[in-house]
Amino acid sequence: MSMECGVFHTRYESDMGLRPRPAQRIRLAAFALFVLVFPFVASTYWLDLANQVAIATVGAIGLNILVGYTGQISLGQGAFMAIGAYTAGLLTLNFGVPWGASVFCACILTAVAGTFFGLPSLRLKGLYLAIATLAAQEIVEWVTTHWTAVTGGTEAIVLPAPRMFGLRLNSTFNFYWLAVLTAAGTALFAANLFRSRIGRAFEAVRDQDVAASVIGVDLFRTKLLAFATSSFFVGLAGAMIAFYRNIITWERFTLNTSIVYLAMIIVGGLGSIRGSFLGAALITLLPALITNLGRAIQDTAPQAASLLPYAQQAVFGIVIILFLIFEPRGLSKLWENVKDYFHVWPFAYRRGESRAN
Amino acid sequence: MDIFLQLTVSGLSTGMIYALAAAGFVVIYKASDVINFAQGDLLLLGTYLIFFAVAQTGLPWSLGVLVTVLLAVAVALAVERLVLRPLVGEPIISMIMVTIGLSSVLRGAINAIWGPNPRAFDSFLPAGDIVIGPAVLSAARVLSIPIALAVLAALGLFFRHTRDGIAMRAIADDQQAALSMGISIPRVFGVAWALAAASAAIGGIMLGNIVGVSPNVAAIGLRVFPVVILGGLDSIAGAVIGGAIIGLLEVYVGFYVGHGLNLVVPYVVLILVLMVRPYGLFGKEIIERV
Repeated sequence: MSMECGVFHTRYESDMGLRPRPAQRIRLAAFALFVLVFPFVASTYWLDLANQVAIATVGAIGLNILVGYTGQISLGQGAFMAIGAYTAGLLTLNFGVPWGASVFCACILTAVAGTFFGLPSLRLKGLYLAIATLAAQEIVEWVTTHWTAVTGGTEAIVLPAPRMFGLRLNSTFNFYWLAVLTAAGTALFAANLFRSRIGRAFEAVRDQDVAASVIGVDLFRTKLLAFATSSFFVGLAGAMIAFYRNIITWERFTLNTSIVYLAMIIVGGLGSIRGSFLGAALITLLPALITNLGRAIQDTAPQAASLLPYAQQAVFGIVIILFLIFEPRGLSKLWENVKDYFHVWPFAYRRGESRAN
Repeated sequence: MDIFLQLTVSGLSTGMIYALAAAGFVVIYKASDVINFAQGDLLLLGTYLIFFAVAQTGLPWSLGVLVTVLLAVAVALAVERLVLRPLVGEPIISMIMVTIGLSSVLRGAINAIWGPNPRAFDSFLPAGDIVIGPAVLSAARVLSIPIALAVLAALGLFFRHTRDGIAMRAIADDQQAALSMGISIPRVFGVAWALAAASAAIGGIMLGNIVGVSPNVAAIGLRVFPVVILGGLDSIAGAVIGGAIIGLLEVYVGFYVGHGLNLVVPYVVLILVLMVRPYGLFGKEIIERV
C-alpha cells in the first residue's frame, strides 16, 4: 500500500468522477452488498425501519437541495409531503390512476406547489422566509384537515395496495427494493445535479446571492428551480409514505414533520448527500432505539422506562443542540474526520478538506 | 351587541397573552437577532411552575408568582449561557434550529416531570363574572388585560429609562459601536433572555388561570409569529397592537365566520403582511430585499 498524503488528480476524468479513489469504490461496493443482503437477514421490524430510512432519505435529500445547497430555509416540508401524499392517494383512489403514474403526478404537482410557495423567497430572505414557509405549512395543514370534500378532513384515507407483476408492493420486503432503488436514484440525481451548471448556480446563490447575480446567475429562475427540484423529491417521499402505509392521515404531515426533516439535514450535514442519508438514518432510528432501551429496562427500572416517551422528545432536542454546538457540519463531517484519520494514520496531521459529496 | 362585547373582551385577553409572549420574542430578537421558536415553551414553563409553586408546594399566590418568575428567569439564563452563547454569529438556520431543539428539550422535560395530562388548579384570579349592561364577562379574562398591559408598559419603560434597556437598544442599533462604547454584549443577551422568560412566565401564569394547566399551552408559541410580523419584529408596542389585532380577529372570525377559519386566519394575515409590508406596523424599515 502506498502512502498517500492527499488526493492528486492527474486526469480530468478522475477529477470529475463521483468516486475517483479505489477506497471510495470499495466502500460503496461494501455498502451496496450490505443493502442487498440486509432484507434476507433482518426481521420485519428492522426492515420496516430500513424502509422508513429510505423514504426519509428521499425527503431529506429533497429538503437539503433547498436548505443546504441553495440556502433557502423552509419550514414547509410537512406541507409539501402532504401535497405529494394526498395527490398520489386521491388520484389512485378516485380516478383509478395506476400507482406509478399517480406518484409521478404527485411529484409534479408538489413541484408546482413548491414553486408557488417559493415565490416569497424572491423578496424575503433568511428568517422572513422561514416564517413565511411556517405560515404556508399551517395553511396547507388547515386545508387538508378542513377541505373535507376532497381530503376527507381529519379522517384517514385508505388506499388500495399497489401491485406490480402480480406482487403486492407494500409488504415490508417487496417495498424495501422499491424504496432502496428510489433513494439510490434520488441520491445519484442529486450528486450529479451539483456537478452541473444548475446545481453550481444553486450553491452560488447560497454563498453570495449578489455575487451570483453579477456573474450571470438568474436569481429568480434559480431560486424557483431550487424550490421546484426540492419539492419534487419531497412530494415523492410523501407519495411513497402514502403507498407504503396504505393509509393517509394528516398527522404525518404537520409542522413537526418539517422540524424532524430539518433536524435530519442539520444532524447529517447541510449541503451533503451522504449527510442527508446519515441524518435520515439517525433521526429515524433514534426513537426506535430509545423505545428498545425502554423495553430493556422495563423490568429493572419501570419508573425510568415510563419516562422514556418524554425522554425521546428531549433527546431529539439535545441531539440537535449538541450537533449545532459541536459539529455544525454534521455526521457527514464526522465521517470525513474518521476517514481522514485512518487515511493518514499513523500521522496526526489533517489531509485538509476533501471534497464534500 | 352584548355578544360583541364578550367576544371583544375574550379576544383582547387572548391577544394580551399573545402580546406577552410576543414581547419576550421581540426582546430576544432586538438584542441578539435570534428567532426564538421556544417562546411557547417558555409560556408552558410559566404555567407549570405556577402550578408547582401554588398547587403542589402550597405557597400563597403572591409568593408563587415571584417564585415562578425567578425560576423561569434562572432557566432562561442557563439556556442563554449553555446553548445560545456558543452559537453567536452562526447562520440563521443554526439559530432557528437550536431554538427548535430547545423547545423540544423543554417540552420533553416538562412532560417528564408533570405528565402529559391536564392538571386541576385553583385559579387565583376571581372566578365570578362581571356584568356590564347586558354583557356577562369572565372576571379572570377582564382582569388579565390590565395585568398584561402593566407588564408590557413596564417592559417599555425598561427600554426607555434603564441602563440595560438603553444598552440593549444600542446593541440592536449597531453592535460594533455598542461594543466600542464598553457595553457588555453577553450581559445584554443574558438580560434579554431573562426578560423574555419573565414576560412569558407571566403570560403562562395567566394562561394557567384562564384555560388551565396542560401541555397544549405551548401551541400558543406559534401564534407569536403572526403577532410579531404584524406588529414589527423589533417593536414592543407592535407586539401589543399585533397581539390585540390577532386575538380579536381570531374570536370574530371564529364566531361570525366559523368553519375553523379562526385557526388559519392569523397565518393568512402573516403572509399578506409579508407581501405588503414585511417590516410590520411598527418595525424599522430595514428588511433586506433580494
